[in-house]
Amino acid sequence: MTATPARRVRTLIELPSSTRAGELIEIRATIGHPMETGYRRDASGELMPRNIIRMFQCELAGRRIFTAELFPAISANPMIAFRHRVQTGGELLFRWTGDKAFEHVERRLLNLR
Amino acid sequence: MTSSRRQVILGAGALPLVLTAGRVLATGTDTQAASGAYGEAILRFTAGVQPRLGKIRLEIATLIDNGNTVPVEVSIDEDALAPARIEAIALVNERNPQPEVAVFHFGADARSAWVSTRIRLATSQKLMAIARLSDQSFWSHEVEVIVTLAACIEP
Amino acid sequence: MTRPRQLRWMIIAAMLFWLAPISPDAAEPASPRPTGQDHKNSVPAGDPRRSGFEDMSRATQTLQRDDGQNPAMLWVRDGERQWRQAPGPGQRSCADCHANAEQSMRGVAAAYPAWDVRLGRPVNLAHRINLCRQNHQLLAPLDAGSDDLLGLEAFIAMQSRGLSIEPVTDERLDSARQNGQLLFTMKIGQLSMSCAQCHDEHPGQRLGGSTIPQGHPTAYPIYRLQWQSAGSLTRRLQACLTGVRARQFPAFGDEMVALELFLRHRAAGMPFEGPGVRP
Repeated sequence: MTATPARRVRTLIELPSSTRAGELIEIRATIGHPMETGYRRDASGELMPRNIIRMFQCELAGRRIFTAELFPAISANPMIAFRHRVQTGGELLFRWTGDKAFEHVERRLLNLR
Repeated sequence: MTSSRRQVILGAGALPLVLTAGRVLATGTDTQAASGAYGEAILRFTAGVQPRLGKIRLEIATLIDNGNTVPVEVSIDEDALAPARIEAIALVNERNPQPEVAVFHFGADARSAWVSTRIRLATSQKLMAIARLSDQSFWSHEVEVIVTLAACIEP
Repeated sequence: MTRPRQLRWMIIAAMLFWLAPISPDAAEPASPRPTGQDHKNSVPAGDPRRSGFEDMSRATQTLQRDDGQNPAMLWVRDGERQWRQAPGPGQRSCADCHANAEQSMRGVAAAYPAWDVRLGRPVNLAHRINLCRQNHQLLAPLDAGSDDLLGLEAFIAMQSRGLSIEPVTDERLDSARQNGQLLFTMKIGQLSMSCAQCHDEHPGQRLGGSTIPQGHPTAYPIYRLQWQSAGSLTRRLQACLTGVRARQFPAFGDEMVALELFLRHRAAGMPFEGPGVRP
């Protein structure tokens, strides 16, 4: 990825348009990020510093439903999908945090029928 | 055929056997202690307890196109879990520069879990998923994968 | 035999073993022709041409088939945003001239490279996007391989998905196409290899751990697992040139577009899958 200052963060979030209590739903979240491991060397042989997303959290109606601690072994442009048994609907909050003070938040609505 | 030439041909033929070694399966429900950074990372997650085989399932293609982006799925069924809940699942690798891949934490009342992501594998190696249940038991599934290297590595 | 010589023969014997042709079925069983978005118009039965899609593992094929898993979709969505957004106050967006891309860009990516009247030469899609920016939006061109340019290219490519790659019928493109064919068949680089040697003579066989594809531009831009990023056909060809240690072709230069034009002609009639995933 070519680096530009204040690079726009791209995300792709998939979740069902509506659901009902008791259903098992799948939520998929992808974010554009190089996940630089800290183990690679550049053309002059210098070690490139680590720059990864370290945490992905998902909250539903204010309650944490899923957390992922990520390490350099997670691929670039990390995609994380997980399943959740629906009890309530409400606002879904996705938060990614990591190296170089990286933080990004996305919000979606989980509609209950 | 001279014995040295025989050695050469046998030696060349043995290489593919070495590189396509089969999966290592643990027998029974007890796993054997793994060594090195891999083994230490496993025990860090389990607070020193050797995980038992079962309940958790780690799915990954055994022959991989490119080690940069390898899809994996870990899952643990409600039936296998009940009455315990699932608290966390760790993914650990044997031969990358560091053994941790990810740790997933679930909501307080999670009765089952399914997670899918994509990981990097530097070379052919073992990968293990370990589940921590609400009764503080630990369960694992280990897979051996083959990673072929790209033909032309770009600068 | 002395020990060092023994070792050398072992290595040579092992290399011969590994470079020997392996049938595509030896590794993973060949997947059945996929249905759905990426093969709406299949090549006719008996057509010996195969997309690189068919040489991939099932796991990687799934990444391409499912838009929810295809990392190239990050670029497609970003391209869609750029399409609609005016670059600055009072400036025109792509949509201001081209309206809805689903209609106006349908089939476009499958018909590039194409002739540019103003420049009097063929241009590829990325170059066309930049020419539009310069001539109609009065903006600076985007860097070759930049995420912004790839985003627009990926979004436009998406509008050709499922259509067939257009044959090269414009006579103005003839000499460039023929130059492209020359470039494809001539030996280049320190390794003195031609594209044809691998991609016409040995597709399906292996180079190291990789299966050699026929090399059709059916899925560009691609998310290449090796790059951990999206990239255009130009980037892929530059990688090949590096691989044979040849002098590099500049991104928007004559050789590159001639080669891309020849590849399009060679793949005419094959279904366009872009944006795709490749190992």
